[in-house]
Amino acid sequence: MRLFVNYTLVGVTQGLVYAAVALALVLAWRSTRILNFAQGAMAMITTYIAATLLEHSVGYWEAFIAAIAAGLVIGAVTERLVIRPVEARNPLNAVIVAIGVLIFLEALAAAIWGSVERGFPAPFSLVGYRVGGHGIELAPFDVFVIVAVLVMMALLLALFRFTALGLRMRASAFSPEVAGMLGVRVKRLLTLGWALAAAAGALAGLFVAPSVFLYPQNMDSVLIFGFTAAIIGGLESPLGALAGGLVSGLAWSYVGGYIGPSFQASGAVALLVVVLMVRPSGLFSSPQARRV
Amino acid sequence: MSGPLAIEDLSASYGPIRALNGVSFSVPEGTITAVLGANGAGKTTLLRTIMGLVHPERGAARYGEVDLTRIEVAEHVRHGVAHVPEGRGVIVELTVEENLRLGGLFRRDRAGIRQSIGEVLELFPSLAERRRRSAHTLSGGERQMLAIGRALVARPRLLLLDEPSLGLAPRVTAQIMELLRRLVAEQRLTVLLVEQNARSALSVADRAVVLALGKVVIDDTATAVGAHDSLRHHYLGY
Amino acid sequence: MAGVVAEPDPGATAPAAEAEPTAAPPGRSGPAWLRRLRLPTQPFFRHGLLAVLGGVACYLLSVQVSSFANFNIAEVAAYTVVIAGLALLVGGTGQISLGHAALMAVGAYAYADLESHNKHLPLAVGLLLATALTAAAGGIVGAAAARLRGPYLAGVTLALGLAVPQLADHYFSSDQGIPISFTPPSTVEANHWLAWICLLSALIVLFLLANLRTSRWARAFSAVRDDEIAASLAGISVARTQILGFVISAACAGLGGALLALCNLGATSGAFPISLSILLIAGVVIGGTGTLVGAVWGGILVVYGPIWLDDAVGSTTSSLGVNLPSIVFGALIVLVVIFVPNGIQGALNRLGLRVRRAARW
Repeated sequence: MRLFVNYTLVGVTQGLVYAAVALALVLAWRSTRILNFAQGAMAMITTYIAATLLEHSVGYWEAFIAAIAAGLVIGAVTERLVIRPVEARNPLNAVIVAIGVLIFLEALAAAIWGSVERGFPAPFSLVGYRVGGHGIELAPFDVFVIVAVLVMMALLLALFRFTALGLRMRASAFSPEVAGMLGVRVKRLLTLGWALAAAAGALAGLFVAPSVFLYPQNMDSVLIFGFTAAIIGGLESPLGALAGGLVSGLAWSYVGGYIGPSFQASGAVALLVVVLMVRPSGLFSSPQARRV
Repeated sequence: MSGPLAIEDLSASYGPIRALNGVSFSVPEGTITAVLGANGAGKTTLLRTIMGLVHPERGAARYGEVDLTRIEVAEHVRHGVAHVPEGRGVIVELTVEENLRLGGLFRRDRAGIRQSIGEVLELFPSLAERRRRSAHTLSGGERQMLAIGRALVARPRLLLLDEPSLGLAPRVTAQIMELLRRLVAEQRLTVLLVEQNARSALSVADRAVVLALGKVVIDDTATAVGAHDSLRHHYLGY
Repeated sequence: MAGVVAEPDPGATAPAAEAEPTAAPPGRSGPAWLRRLRLPTQPFFRHGLLAVLGGVACYLLSVQVSSFANFNIAEVAAYTVVIAGLALLVGGTGQISLGHAALMAVGAYAYADLESHNKHLPLAVGLLLATALTAAAGGIVGAAAARLRGPYLAGVTLALGLAVPQLADHYFSSDQGIPISFTPPSTVEANHWLAWICLLSALIVLFLLANLRTSRWARAFSAVRDDEIAASLAGISVARTQILGFVISAACAGLGGALLALCNLGATSGAFPISLSILLIAGVVIGGTGTLVGAVWGGILVVYGPIWLDDAVGSTTSSLGVNLPSIVFGALIVLVVIFVPNGIQGALNRLGLRVRRAARW
């Protein structure tokens, strides 16, 4: 029983990290219909930037904000320079471009900071709370992760639902031609979408680094599970990303705990196949009639 | 921005096909001008060129100091020009109210948007009922009304409509035409209307321009065009 | 391409080359026999002739160059097989697979496992069995994925690409994998022998795929790729066509994986990471969005890209030097896709068209 509780707690925390990555993927997908394979690498770079600041005696929270700001910049720059030329073409081209960016960023990070693992601090204790004399797999840092991701989701939902900017972004995502005709500067909003996406990814990078350490490929498998989460959630809404993240995180934790770590990716595959068989467009997607 | 819309020697091609060939006419302020003609006559190309979606080879569409064909599509709203495109252009994933809000996003007086939305909903009671529902629950006629309503929220001076009767039942078409007549009378809107259904367009228009093979065949008052039997038979099909 | 076969061109015909005038335009200079020199018009014989010519050219190349170069040639041929199959899946049926290295691993481990239990297994039999097994695995993946499109299919195949090496490590209980031993005929040097086996396999596969492209199956593939609803209304079974695409590309991946295992004297999970799956897709697109000759470029890119980049910009002295080849590689991928969207073969086709047009005047 205690094992189950612990696995569940680990699953929830990890799930919210995946949700953050999924959110980043969903935001980029909604604005440009492109899957950002370089999202993990971008998050890794922003975490390295934070690490460098920390080395120069900047406080953790300042470095935290700097990482998110760096995320905004790196997302915007990538969309504007590299994705914009291929947006209108065959989606496969965008996949390859994102892959090129991934390779570029990982090698760049290795060139600048070296490929040796380094530690990354957590702002709160990583030691689990004690309940009834036993340690549980929930530490102050985990609570922080959960709260931070939920707050970020709430902020984004509020942005989309209640502000004029959010309305314009949604209109641009659903119908760029009509939105343009109504006076919306669609291309700028695509860039903004990517900027927000990378900021969400930056958050995930900061949360992951304390436990898996910081090295150029550290976000690779997180990205894959984040993908799983985004797809399960339906690629359409922050809520879907959250749900997908939780489901993926719990599956990852239960499979890893009860069966074994070598089966975690297989668990993801099984999860995907099962969910997509029942809801081919993901859990939270709205049924869209296929235009014949 | 106000005043007449002046179409000057507009020519446009799709590849080797010359869709518009030196089209010139004027839309006086505060009137409804209908552009009529058979399929392929160039009506939709004309409107799309004015709307800025197609680049003309020659010519201009002057409204006030601006040439509408030379500014970006997104700029039109800022000059008081609103479009109601063919196929409505309603964003079905958004609610009725959100679609209307979109119309008003670029008005100078942001405060007036709420009021305008209220006025539009009064104008279209069936939309008011579905205010918070997603637009994909609307019928064809209601979507057309939503598209017009959305254009109206922008408080335009010039309204461009592309085949508003397309796919609508005759009764609904009549309602929409009647609505346009009222709006023009009450707000001194200028309306340019491209229509396949010549009869209903002529019933509310002040002026009519008939196109054939990309050229203007006649540019006269709607009554004159409607009375011209051989022209009607030849170009308008009735 | 009529009448001129300059480079080793293993059995492939770029589709653009098929759109050729069948009669010589009037008033052109040059001897009549040269003008009449044309490839046979029947696809089977044309492909066969190209395959044989290509084979001869490759053999001549192979005996001229060093042993190490032969090893690289062997790897290029093996990757070409994989990329050709993947190009059929992506360009032919419009489905994406981001985990194809996993299928390569299946082929590699299948061959290695068979070989370790049957020391006297003939090479061809082992390769065929590995190919068949991987084809079956591909069928299962294809069936599971039959209703998935675009990003959903990408996600499933990506997770699969991660899952298979993990499972392989678990079941074959070491990350050393399974070793393979082979003995070439006594008169031939090992790397030359590897090169010939891989080249022969590549020629056969390209020949078969080229014939597939001109068969009626190809029409079903492109119908399904372009518009599923229209295709199914026309009576084509969409699911079956998509699964067939997976089966064929899996067979190619399995064969390529087995050949690579042969080259590396063993099957290890470390040889098939996610980054390889990703590189394969890059090879398909950059080589030439789904053309068969493009697969050759893709193979060359995957093997020689890192080598040439290392020689050109790499150095071991600084961390920048060590990583510069990859930095350049990533940047090149981005630049090529943005500026040369039809890949290397697409650019060559356009160039060839211009040259042919110029030559007519």
